[in-house]
Amino acid sequence: MNKNIPILEIQNLKVSINDNEILKNLNLVVNKGEIHAIMGTNGSGKSTLSKVIAGHPSYSVLDGDIIYNGKSILNLEPEERSHLGIFLAFQYPIEIPGVSNEDFLYLSYNSKLQSEGKEEIGPIEFFSIISEKLKIVEMSDNFLSRNVNEGFSGGEKKRNEIVQMLLLDSKLSILDETDSGLDIDALKIISKGIGTFMNNEKAIILITHYQRLLEYVKPNFIHVMQNGKIIKTGTAELAKELEEKGYEWLK
Amino acid sequence: MINKSNKVLNKNITKLVNEPYKYGFATEIEKESFSKGLNEDVIRSISQKKNEPKFLLDFRLKAYKKWKTMKCPEWAQLRFFENNYQDIIYYSAPKSTEKLNSLEEVDPEILKTFEKLGISLTEQKRLTNVAVDAVFDSVSIATTFKEELAQYGVIFCSISEAVKNYPNLIKKYLGTVVPIGDNYFTALNSAVFTDGSFCYIPENTKCPLELSTYFRINEQNSGQFERTLIVAEKNSQVSYLEGCTAPKYDENQLHAAVVELVALDNANIKYSTVQNWYSGDNKGKGGIFNFVTKRGLCAGKNSKISWTQVETGSSITWKYPSCTLVGDDSKGEFYSVALTNNFQQTDTGSKMIHVGKNTKSRIVSKGISAGNSKNTYRGHVAINKKAAGARNYSQCDSLLVGNSSNANTFPFIYVNNSTGKIEHEASTSKIGEEQVFYFLQRGISLEKAIELIISGFCREVFTELPLEFSVEADKLLSLKLEGSIG
Repeated sequence: MNKNIPILEIQNLKVSINDNEILKNLNLVVNKGEIHAIMGTNGSGKSTLSKVIAGHPSYSVLDGDIIYNGKSILNLEPEERSHLGIFLAFQYPIEIPGVSNEDFLYLSYNSKLQSEGKEEIGPIEFFSIISEKLKIVEMSDNFLSRNVNEGFSGGEKKRNEIVQMLLLDSKLSILDETDSGLDIDALKIISKGIGTFMNNEKAIILITHYQRLLEYVKPNFIHVMQNGKIIKTGTAELAKELEEKGYEWLK
Repeated sequence: MINKSNKVLNKNITKLVNEPYKYGFATEIEKESFSKGLNEDVIRSISQKKNEPKFLLDFRLKAYKKWKTMKCPEWAQLRFFENNYQDIIYYSAPKSTEKLNSLEEVDPEILKTFEKLGISLTEQKRLTNVAVDAVFDSVSIATTFKEELAQYGVIFCSISEAVKNYPNLIKKYLGTVVPIGDNYFTALNSAVFTDGSFCYIPENTKCPLELSTYFRINEQNSGQFERTLIVAEKNSQVSYLEGCTAPKYDENQLHAAVVELVALDNANIKYSTVQNWYSGDNKGKGGIFNFVTKRGLCAGKNSKISWTQVETGSSITWKYPSCTLVGDDSKGEFYSVALTNNFQQTDTGSKMIHVGKNTKSRIVSKGISAGNSKNTYRGHVAINKKAAGARNYSQCDSLLVGNSSNANTFPFIYVNNSTGKIEHEASTSKIGEEQVFYFLQRGISLEKAIELIISGFCREVFTELPLEFSVEADKLLSLKLEGSIG
């Protein structure tokens, strides 16, 4: 049983960017096997939190700590955090002209193997691995030969993020508004992807504005962020209440 | 929000880009140099030194007279102090070269130099499918595979040798594609050129080897003025590659070359350049001033000339490899990657002059600017009155690295025949912090990320390089860019 084995502990985290304090004494514990949803108004610090966990170089941590599997990761580079199993699905996935999805994913996968001291795999073996993942989110193989996110529709970009999550088989996955801009079919496909991926060893943080996604992916906890802090924590019921009453009700 | 982190990232990328210049060493040799300065006597001495026939001395003197009436062009997007032409050495050669009969007699220091540069002149270690002409300051040191090529009737030698052994060919073609007075630097080159390569491919012959010239500037105050002439007779084919390096000196050195290509009916010339002259230090001090005129004449029907260049060096580059498409159905191509970093300035591009019917041209230019550098594409596409059915396609893409670099595109298009078709596409993009963070988050290292972004950007051009060199070019670019994103 993995009950109450924390994968992520955020302690009194204070974060600023260009001398603006965005996160103020934020505390959060996520255990293995749990799905947490973080909701809140625009500018409440949700995306900042996700980027700070992934190690984005723009933010400075003023105080507090981020503990991952029992160790502080504050001094680790973004790629080292990735190698440890931290994954961020971007709110706005980046376009990379001239670089094929296949090359990108192949390099990403082999970088991870290398960091684990394993032997890198060849392109043919890789192709069979990635094909399987593509099937889960219902994307065709020809998507591999297209350039990374270039000319992708909003839905394709988000699915591409999920494919990468499946491929890297990350332990802590943060999905930053992966549901926004998706039609209901795409939402179902992505939810199915998350469903097959999740297990007792993993944890997921969903950042979202809407309760919609939470109908398909059931979170264990819902947190409401405001002004760089978590101001309320509850169960799935809280999301429904928020949907009806809005965030004002919490003030 | 990007300022602070940009510093971190910029630092990393700058480290990456600023890999020390590997070819910056100088060779200590006994040499024979003229004293600084330029006048008619200097030109006569050069000509005498080389035992040139009278027609060539006349050619030089005519050019000198013309040059004196001309001014350094100012239209390019380049800022620099004009050279003091009286402060340059116009002839410098290793002393022992005068009576060389074989490679064994070449100064071992020079052989070592070329070996250090990765160009082995000793026949045993030669590249198996590339013949090399090695030019050291003002003279050609050695040409490999001469006898093997001669069996096919292919002439590949230094231009000085060609003047002696094939004066009629030189007389027939020299200065026909690039006239003496074409521009300031061609006039200067025509007056003082010291060496370079000559290739002649006879009718119905496909040159069995890649031909290659390696240029090395060693002497501190000398200029290098080389002259290359390639003539491809009917139904012949040749692929030629040039490479260039120079030691690191604090002062700017001048390189003003002229390259002329002539392609007759159905001939095909492919000319590739990997230019890595010393580009100056990270404060913009030193480096080569590279003023080059390269032009190909598709004289024959259905002939083809293709330029591919990878420009990574020089503090200043001024260069527009061009094609004059005279023969009906002839084709001109230009593929270019120009990378600038620190305080490098590049104004480069191509000219395609359509004269014959159904002539086609294609321009693909990729500019990458990092640091405080300035990267300009300048194109000139003209469809003349009689060029019915002519077509041009141009594509210019710029990639910016960091926040202080600069990219410009100036396409000039002239159409005088209503049946002509011209397409022009351009794009500008930036390697941004978010792009790099995306790679890092997926576990890919910064070096790999830059490499992938750059090679993705340049792919179309690299595939045009001869195989042996495309891998090298890829490496060269990532070396040059090590350390520069933001």
